[in-house]
Amino acid sequence: MKLSTMSQSRRDLLLLLALSIPVLGVFLTMGPAYGVRMSVEAACYAILALGLTIQWGYAGQFNAGVMGFVALGGVSAMLISVPPNPDFWDSDLPGELGRVLLILLAGIAVVVAISRLHRLGIPKQLRTALTIIAALIVYLTFVNQLAPVAGAIESQAGFVGGLGLPAWLGWIVGGALAGGIGYFIGHICLGLRSDYLAIATLGIAEIIKAFLKNVDWLTRGTATVSPLPWPTPGAGELGFVLSRSLYLSITAVVIAAIFFLLHRAYHSPWGRTIRAIRDNEVSAAAMGKDINKRRLEIFVFGCILMGIGGAALTSFNSIFDPTGYLPLNHTFLVLAMVILGGPGNNLGTLFGAILVYIIWIMSAPLALFLMDTAVVIGQSWFGWEDPGNLDSRALQARVFVIGLLISLVLRYAPKGLMPERVPHHR
Amino acid sequence: MNELVFFINNVVVSGIVSSSIYAMGAIGVTLVFSIMRFAHFAHADMMTLGAFFVLGLTMLFPEIGNAIGLPSALILMPIAMVMTALTAVGIDRTFYKPLRDNNVKPIVLVIGSLGVTLMLQGLIRLVAGTGSRSMYIAERKDIFRLELPGELATRPIVITEPQIILFVFAVGAVVALHWFLTRSRLGKAMRAMSDNPDLARVSGINTNTVIAVTWMIAGALATAAGTLLSLDVTLKPDLSFFLLLPIFAAAIVGGVGHPYGAIAGGFVVGFAETLAVFNWAVLLRPFQDMLPAGWELPTYLAFVGTEYKITVPFFILVAILVWRPTGLFKGKVL
Repeated sequence: MKLSTMSQSRRDLLLLLALSIPVLGVFLTMGPAYGVRMSVEAACYAILALGLTIQWGYAGQFNAGVMGFVALGGVSAMLISVPPNPDFWDSDLPGELGRVLLILLAGIAVVVAISRLHRLGIPKQLRTALTIIAALIVYLTFVNQLAPVAGAIESQAGFVGGLGLPAWLGWIVGGALAGGIGYFIGHICLGLRSDYLAIATLGIAEIIKAFLKNVDWLTRGTATVSPLPWPTPGAGELGFVLSRSLYLSITAVVIAAIFFLLHRAYHSPWGRTIRAIRDNEVSAAAMGKDINKRRLEIFVFGCILMGIGGAALTSFNSIFDPTGYLPLNHTFLVLAMVILGGPGNNLGTLFGAILVYIIWIMSAPLALFLMDTAVVIGQSWFGWEDPGNLDSRALQARVFVIGLLISLVLRYAPKGLMPERVPHHR
Repeated sequence: MNELVFFINNVVVSGIVSSSIYAMGAIGVTLVFSIMRFAHFAHADMMTLGAFFVLGLTMLFPEIGNAIGLPSALILMPIAMVMTALTAVGIDRTFYKPLRDNNVKPIVLVIGSLGVTLMLQGLIRLVAGTGSRSMYIAERKDIFRLELPGELATRPIVITEPQIILFVFAVGAVVALHWFLTRSRLGKAMRAMSDNPDLARVSGINTNTVIAVTWMIAGALATAAGTLLSLDVTLKPDLSFFLLLPIFAAAIVGGVGHPYGAIAGGFVVGFAETLAVFNWAVLLRPFQDMLPAGWELPTYLAFVGTEYKITVPFFILVAILVWRPTGLFKGKVL
């Protein structure tokens, strides 16, 4: 037992040393500014991957909607950190908007009250019917009230603007927002089979994206908001390398804090309960564990991490573009990181995040190189015509590479490169 | 009456079109779900793949349809259906069978199918680029305008050739599938395996054959759905994520493991989508004169905007999962 732990630690160390080769390679070939930028993005992705590893690795819940929570984090970072929009606040529009929101709150209160009617002795079926009708009426009223106000905001002020608060506050709010939405989804879907959770989260991510893309009064939609302020001094003051390094150090601190907390949680009784539920739900229930509550907790925690990571990523890119959130870039890439690194192993997840991110950004230039070579050979040997849009096609090689990576890992290293080490106490 | 024609054009015709597409996709999903017990996320990409096979064949033989008067793509579709069916079996042998043999949890197969999705998407886009294409290469799309008799309506009912083909094909495919599942030996074996895989195995059913046939049916139907959809609109390589959710919703609404339920689910989801984004104010317009003076009917009265169409299948899905996880037809909860 002890020996195998030793050899595993050595293996982990060797893997980490091996990882430094591609990282150094990127720094040397692409220059330090690019290398630091890649490191920051990889660090932000590592936060997302830690979020997914506690859902999938610790608890066996498969969340296929990471993108939605990333987008929620991004919109929070944008709304909190962007400077206020005087055109909006100086007009009478805030009052109007407040009135509409009050109508919504009152409507929700009425619907909730009606849904409690069965306590007064009204039959449950009648209550359900009444609740649905009331909810429909409230919804249509709200939509009709909001439309003119939203139109006025868009035409007079563009959008509501931000609050002008520090960016790190946006990250915290992003985590809270993602956790709140995650609570609702988890409440509905966690009792079901895991496939259904995957389908439902995939759907909710698309809905969040559709919402953010179309509420122009709140987010400017496809017109995008930029620049988003950084929590650190920007490139204009310190130069690219130094400012990005500062940003990197902040994300590193965040990761270290998350890492420490996760480590404590994993080895606590709570963590053991989570693993027991994952490995054998029936016996965990027989031991008197509150399965649904634990599952909901871990799902919400994972979503919070994804919100924070998404906020950090969006702040770093300095642009909020709802159409830029793609299932491939923000869901499946994170998934590949987690299953390659080792679900349930925090160190493995970090390792996977960095390695997969390097593979991800390097696969497009590599594919372009291969395609260019093929074109050159084809032209000189067979007289081929080159299709002309090789750049955009080579970018698609990333999609294939990530898919291949997922398939290969599942086939040949189903537990990842750094498998989860379940401690046994004797 | 013009309002009614508008309703027919925008709800009945387009509802039937999207419902048939969803139904054909959902049959494949529900068969795979009930026999191999996992949600096959790569199904929508199989549709795209099949449609691209058809496009490739059509580019090779663009004039073949002129002889009969049907679109060339439709004549060549059966060949592509066979190609996609074989590809589906090949994908299963290469990627899913090793996982199944390792006795992994179903959710790992779901992740495997996500990997296949990405590989298919990547390959399709690497080969064919990212732009959208028309399936009509040497011909034009026929559009029929049916004038209503009398003075009642001035606008015609518009229906296109691919829409008619789609509807005829969907009905034919459903009847054939019904015949196959209830009369043929293999179809009965498939139903047995979906009911109880262990019992099916001990009673001498060759599970590998059943699985291969399932993939063939799923692949062939996916090809047909993808081709007919792209004949009606255009062929886009990034179709899949928009089709996936409605198809899963249709399969689950109908009850997993029920091909007929999947058809019903397809129609529920398809019509719910069209009705939810339809502007009901149009139908109310004729009644404007009956209202007392000063009452205005709203000009826009839809449940959700067109941009939020994707929310409709999601809410149907969530509602059915919460209230009736077995689906309308008492399917399995796996």
